[in-house]
Amino acid sequence: MEIFLTYLKVFAVGGVLCLLGQILINKTDITPARILVLFLLLGAVLEVTGAFKFIEEFAKAGITVPITGFGGTLARGAMKGAEEEGILGGVLGGLRAVSGGLTAAIFFGFLFALIFKAKTKPN
Amino acid sequence: MIEAKAYQEYVKQSAPKTKMMSTLLKAFLTGGIICCTGQAVADIIKVIIPDMSKENIGAFVSITLVFLSALLTGIGVYDRIGRFGGAGSLIPITGFANAVVAPAMEYNREGVVFGICSKMFVIAGPVIVFGVVAGVIAGIIGLFI
Repeated sequence: MEIFLTYLKVFAVGGVLCLLGQILINKTDITPARILVLFLLLGAVLEVTGAFKFIEEFAKAGITVPITGFGGTLARGAMKGAEEEGILGGVLGGLRAVSGGLTAAIFFGFLFALIFKAKTKPN
Repeated sequence: MIEAKAYQEYVKQSAPKTKMMSTLLKAFLTGGIICCTGQAVADIIKVIIPDMSKENIGAFVSITLVFLSALLTGIGVYDRIGRFGGAGSLIPITGFANAVVAPAMEYNREGVVFGICSKMFVIAGPVIVFGVVAGVIAGIIGLFI
């Protein structure tokens, strides 16, 4: 039962974030790149203000899987680095924290773009 | 400029109204399912490797989802998920991966360097730039607290 509740919370928070994004798409002419940047910055701001941790405790992957998690993890890594190793740690910590996802995106992006050819989009 | 604005108004009025509720519901469902997939990956790896740190579990989940998304983009399935889910397929990290792979594939006939390597950052580039800048700012804030 507890695991069901956890997934329900993950689903609800993740779903609501995407719903907010969909409202932006429907109501404005904002481009996908801008939406991603907006949610990334939202995640970073939530982390810096300390709110991210509470949402994460409640919603787990519901906040970390959306791009807010990318921004939050980056900010957390930078702050943790600054705390432990000073200014150099602050510079190193951000990208270090998200290096897994970033490396995977670039590596698999390159690999699959070599292997697969884009199909012509149906109108 | 006035004509362009008037034309845009005209287009807005004559274009069929997006089915607001339906797109919102689809985005909610798609986003929710992708986040639950991420949670499932985290829960499974926690059982297989109990000692893994929280940070590494997060990295593992990101890498897995990015891989799945890149593969689904490659075989043309993520495109279909995107048409159904809208923002639900864009905002999760899978959408970021899709934004890397899709343009890279699209332009691969323009060569490896200027096709694949340049175009993969058309959407991901701004995200990475803003991410790094926000990270540095967060680091500076971290110095003072």
